[in-house]
Amino acid sequence: MSIDENTAARVAKLARIKVEPDALPALAEEFNTILGFIEQLGEVDVEGIEPMTTVTPQRLKRREDVVTDGDQQDAVLANAPDAREGFFAVPKVVE
Amino acid sequence: MTDLNKLGLADARDALRKGETTSKDLTEACLKAIDGAGALNAFVHRTPEIAMEQAAAADARIKQGDAPAMCGLPIGIKDLFCTKGVPSQAGSRILEGFLPEYESTVSQKLKDSGAVMLGKLNMDEFAMGSSNETSVYGNAVNPWRRAGDTAELTPGGSSGGSAAAVAADLCLAATGTDTGGSIRQPAAFTGTVGIKPTYGRCSRWGIVAFASSLDQAGPMTKTVRDAAIMLEAMCGHDAKDSTSADLAVPDFEAALTGDIRGKKIGIPREYRMDGMPEEIEKLWQDGIAMMKDAGAEIVDISLPHTKYALPAYYVIAPAEASSNLARYDGVRFGHRAKLDHGDGITEMYEKTRAEGFGHEVQRRVMVGTYVLSAGFYDAYYNRARKVRTLIKKDFEDVFAQGIDSILTPATPSAAFGLGEMKDADPVAMYLNDVFTVTVNLAGLPGVALPTGQSATGLPLGLQLIGRPWEEAELLSSAYALERAAGFVAKPEKWW
Repeated sequence: MSIDENTAARVAKLARIKVEPDALPALAEEFNTILGFIEQLGEVDVEGIEPMTTVTPQRLKRREDVVTDGDQQDAVLANAPDAREGFFAVPKVVE
Repeated sequence: MTDLNKLGLADARDALRKGETTSKDLTEACLKAIDGAGALNAFVHRTPEIAMEQAAAADARIKQGDAPAMCGLPIGIKDLFCTKGVPSQAGSRILEGFLPEYESTVSQKLKDSGAVMLGKLNMDEFAMGSSNETSVYGNAVNPWRRAGDTAELTPGGSSGGSAAAVAADLCLAATGTDTGGSIRQPAAFTGTVGIKPTYGRCSRWGIVAFASSLDQAGPMTKTVRDAAIMLEAMCGHDAKDSTSADLAVPDFEAALTGDIRGKKIGIPREYRMDGMPEEIEKLWQDGIAMMKDAGAEIVDISLPHTKYALPAYYVIAPAEASSNLARYDGVRFGHRAKLDHGDGITEMYEKTRAEGFGHEVQRRVMVGTYVLSAGFYDAYYNRARKVRTLIKKDFEDVFAQGIDSILTPATPSAAFGLGEMKDADPVAMYLNDVFTVTVNLAGLPGVALPTGQSATGLPLGLQLIGRPWEEAELLSSAYALERAAGFVAKPEKWW
């Protein structure tokens, strides 16, 4: 499995990271080095083995389905790059 | 008392309780040491006002006879922990200016037990790195140097600032976090002690997430006893982290008998790597001899899937990171790129993340995106999770044979030079974690401690791996090894 520039560009797009076209060849090469390393996993016999979902065998705790927090609008917005009138502001999404 | 900053937690605590010193004096000594150690770039956000206020409160508490474990002891906090009102950037540009409105559970617990916060410590960006060279703050520098050489060395990573600060006596101890070895590798590179507890011992709430199924917090200290004291203050059940274990926290310090007579110590043959430096092999053999002399039974064991731990890790950790780091979108907190006319929300995301994330973080997020993408999910992500099951089973099998703990080298080499790995491919850097990463994949506790020195005078560390939830026994074995090794060297002050 080898990653070409188009695949690298597609992955960057999926990850929502802007990568300039002239950086794509080097990026593709790095991906190939890392994936080449990961390919070793193909040697392992995993027939009948369950993929791990939790490393410590414990049942996740449940709690009452009740409101535990709230009324913190100012705290929630305190670190926003652009907050207006009690909301997060973003560029226009819908025309 | 002079040089109060050179004390460890246990000695300082005892001196405080006897009234031989005050938290104010301890804290001032550390703040002075920090001021004189700019060259190490360990403390990246200093909080002297908070520290002096907390020291005064601690002194009052001690006077009233209410002195919990960490009361009055000045420590550093890794930048990955959210601390209310104090910059918490995870070493990243994307969290520039972020001031948390809340406190992480672990740092809150330390506060509650009276600890004094001196400031925030340097680290690799989002804990992704093994040399502290991916930090937005620049490199942290190891206080240790090779004999007769002034080249700057890495303190390891990702908890490089924590390790450098503890080794240079800028604080009595520090918090670290460990996803693939980020407590234990820096501890080994700096002659300090670091323990990663069992997954679920420490709450992850309020710690910036890297790979949630692997991340654990732990203490970085000057001695094994200090690690026991501080770990106890850090761990315990927290309803805010669903993976936090609802188990009683033992008195780790009281369990430090150092009596390992009859204990079965496993020596995994797969950890004897090709091309491993002779001094690491010798360190390991010396450690085995010390454990044997102390009465332990040495047993050769096999952990057959060891070789596949790093490749499995470099699927699972980036996959989880790509998901966790999706939150950095320039909307709710941190950096937002300046937009050009006509840019929409997608351009905002893409430019923000390109500007805010460093190269290594971008690379891992994209690798994670790739292994989770349609068509590759089964081939990479699911396969890696199956291999993880097998790696954990390797350990379960040897523990079922009666092995109490496992002794291995902590790192494949001594600390290397900053910039030395600049032209190496990313995989070469990843190999630093070859002995530590299995422990995260299996969720086990592991402790690194210094037991020898390289030919050039640098500290070298061994790692002990324990059974799940048996940190008390693990620390006691580490205590036995610490006593036998008698490592007392300190870096010569040049900074």
